Amino acid sequence: MSARLVFLGRLEDLAGMAELAVEPGPLEQVLAGLPRELAVALLVDRVRIALNGHLLAESGGITLADGDELAFLPPVSGG
Amino acid sequence: MRDIRLIEGPFDPAEELTRFTASVPQAGAVVSFMGQVRADSGVLALDIRHYAPMTLPGFRTLAETAARRWQLDGVLILHRIGEMAPGAPIVLVAGASRHRRDAFAATDFVMDHLKGESWLWKRERTPDGWRWIEPRAQDHVDRARWG
Repeated sequence: MSARLVFLGRLEDLAGMAELAVEPGPLEQVLAGLPRELAVALLVDRVRIALNGHLLAESGGITLADGDELAFLPPVSGG
Repeated sequence: MRDIRLIEGPFDPAEELTRFTASVPQAGAVVSFMGQVRADSGVLALDIRHYAPMTLPGFRTLAETAARRWQLDGVLILHRIGEMAPGAPIVLVAGASRHRRDAFAATDFVMDHLKGESWLWKRERTPDGWRWIEPRAQDHVDRARWG
């Protein structure tokens, strides 16, 4: 049983990894298991969240199930 | 005709454009835009990251939006991912239509939206190391032109 967090852009550098397997459960609980600096960076307004490839309107109330992939998407580069 | 791809290695924009043009014989106009890695002083490489579940689907949605807005016979969107050197092509967008105005507008529209709304993250390598590129305010202004 596991879910996956995916860190894009600069969040990958901050996390020190592109992906992390986590225990399924409420997002608050999952984030509580991460280094505090990373958890704070993941929850800022400018970071969008996608569950299984679909953008979410907000991060509240998310519970990860087995096999879920939750991606953290920082602002995209303009080029 | 839709040809929408993420490309992991070098590509030849001239060859791609020739192939696209040949696929839309009914079009009287083909407009294209090619973007390449700027040879800024100190930039040694550019790296473009994507998120597979969303990046290409986003490109397809953008192409559909353009096709609803203008009369198009074809849309081409090719975008590099991975690491590339200054001078390397990054993006090739083309629109084909019966008459030129639709192709001009659609190509411009697609580029403006690709720049600021596609799920791509860029970083560049300088002698000091890698640096993530931040969004530019001008990209938002460019997109706002389309209402």
